[in-house]
Amino acid sequence: MFPDNQTSQRTGYQQRQLSDRSIQWLFITPTLILLALFNIFPLFYSLYLSFTDFSAIGTAAPVWVGFKNFSTLLNDPQIWKYFATTGRFAFLSVGLQTVLGFALAMLLREKFRGSGLITTLILIPMMLSPVVVGFFWKSIFNPSSGIFNYALGYFHPASAPGPSWLDSSSRALWAVVIVDVWMWTPFVMLLCLSGLNAIPDYLYEAAAIDRASAWFQFWRITLPQVLPLLMIAVLFRTIEAFKSFDLVMGMTGGGPGDSTELVAVNLFRIAFEGQWRTSYASALAYIVLVIIMAISNVYIRNLNKVRGEG
Amino acid sequence: MAQIELKQVAKKFGDVYAVQPMDLTIQDGEFVALLGPSGCGKTTTLRMISGLEAVSSGQILIDGQDVTWNHPSARDIAFVFQFFALYPHMTVRQNIAFTLEAQKVPKAQVEKRVFDVARLLQIEHLLRLRPKALSGGDRQRVTLARALVRHPKAFLMDEPLGALDADFRATMRAEIKRLHLAQHATTVYVTHDQIEAMAMSDRIVIMSNARVQQIGTPAQVYYDPANLFVARFIGSPGMNLVKGRYTNGMVQLPGANQLPLPERWQAAIANQLSSEDVVLGFRPEAAKISADGVLNTQVYASALHGAYAMLHLALDGEKGETMTHVRAAKNTIYPIGTPLRFDLDPQMVRFFDPKTELALTLA
Repeated sequence: MFPDNQTSQRTGYQQRQLSDRSIQWLFITPTLILLALFNIFPLFYSLYLSFTDFSAIGTAAPVWVGFKNFSTLLNDPQIWKYFATTGRFAFLSVGLQTVLGFALAMLLREKFRGSGLITTLILIPMMLSPVVVGFFWKSIFNPSSGIFNYALGYFHPASAPGPSWLDSSSRALWAVVIVDVWMWTPFVMLLCLSGLNAIPDYLYEAAAIDRASAWFQFWRITLPQVLPLLMIAVLFRTIEAFKSFDLVMGMTGGGPGDSTELVAVNLFRIAFEGQWRTSYASALAYIVLVIIMAISNVYIRNLNKVRGEG
Repeated sequence: MAQIELKQVAKKFGDVYAVQPMDLTIQDGEFVALLGPSGCGKTTTLRMISGLEAVSSGQILIDGQDVTWNHPSARDIAFVFQFFALYPHMTVRQNIAFTLEAQKVPKAQVEKRVFDVARLLQIEHLLRLRPKALSGGDRQRVTLARALVRHPKAFLMDEPLGALDADFRATMRAEIKRLHLAQHATTVYVTHDQIEAMAMSDRIVIMSNARVQQIGTPAQVYYDPANLFVARFIGSPGMNLVKGRYTNGMVQLPGANQLPLPERWQAAIANQLSSEDVVLGFRPEAAKISADGVLNTQVYASALHGAYAMLHLALDGEKGETMTHVRAAKNTIYPIGTPLRFDLDPQMVRFFDPKTELALTLA
């Protein structure tokens, strides 16, 4: 009686488990197919292409050339210049975003009337499309009709013109940095804010009892407690900065000259302008990927170190 | 070390008193416990002394100096938090050194003082660890070290042993008491555990419903509770409280029992009682079981507590509505239902007015 009962229970359980599994597969399979088709296949196909000579608009089949694309790229001083520009852009914009985002988070940390509304308003820029942002900042930077110079105090553009921004090879990168900072500071702020809100009040009570000044509390409690989240924000923003394309494309198209020609912009040009050098572009894309992975690795290692201490 | 004085200190949240106006003077080097059930206002009182909570009215003086509106950091007091409040991202050494570094004490001196206090509390081997690697008891030692390293004017402790398990609590209780004596440290200690308060304090402040019920030495609050709340709250079990009526030098108790009053009480009761109703109070150890005792009861239950047995005796016999706890010898067996007589030690009976709930006092 008893063993019988057990067996029937077990078979019932097995049947249900089987059907559970088939349902799981039913849900997962379409996603897997799409992933394989649009992510995994292109990933490996582009890796293959980077070792060939091939143009997507040509009629010739890919011809295996080994490391030729890579050696050409790595020996091209122009490419290194674009990397340097990208590095400068990333350093400036991520640096400013970190400082400003953290400062804003400190301000919004204390709840006051309307602080929720203000937080939401501050978050709006990062919800906009980068291309749209690029286009309307282009108008804002316009020396004769834009509001940017007006805000800086140049009220009569006809008689006393202010500095030109997007047409100046020395200022164009700064203009892009300003817009990127405007757009992505809220993201850093958001992460910092959640980090700040997670610091328990009793740490500050203990610090007050321990006779720590506000400054001492900031350096010894607030900053180390927020650091893990702050580093995640910096990591995300750095990766994004290395991939920056749409904003720059909308604002300057890489110009004037090549003063804002970021790697991603140049990559686009190689791949989809002129002769469509698909295999050469694939090789460049892989170089960018390796660099991003290297930077991320350094970050994540430091992050784990900070976390381990926390 | 310092004297702490509270003058009509009160705390209101909205219209509700968290602490009714209270006066309290804590002498230099004294150990005072704030004792009461949860929500009685004891922690709020402690936080007001520390400055972590602002007073609604009244004055707080430390060494005669008005600190009512001073920031906690300006009061030079140490606070031991219930849940330790250690800095999680710092090592034990950094936790202890924090307060010294905040005050820019020279480095060599910081090292020495941290090491000295670590040796005092036997945590030298933990200095490199972070708080989350420590056991509850070790964390508590670190919080104590953090408080001690500074030589503050006073120690405020908010249920410092509340988060520890029972075994360990007794050990830490003794350690804190020894530290207190060695440092001659003025200490205010919040607890809801009467055993802790009785064992450690010079004086106990018993609070309930935001109000101070009694301030006194452990012996005073145990033997001479000021009111019915204190009588019930202190001791385990609390004082036996039996409702009765006072007539002609006798207290009429349930079960047709009559207690002839000790002479010294007769006048006091006649003067102070507002009606005939009276509450008789006595501790379990005040009863002496004897064959010709004046109070006649029936055994309702008996429980061996190890060194003695605690009898539950029903004054009204079969009905079992008026129960008293009486201490008896551990090796005698009292079957349930047995009639039993006992006497009361006349030195140890107390009387309360049921209307005012206050204890009657001998002139």
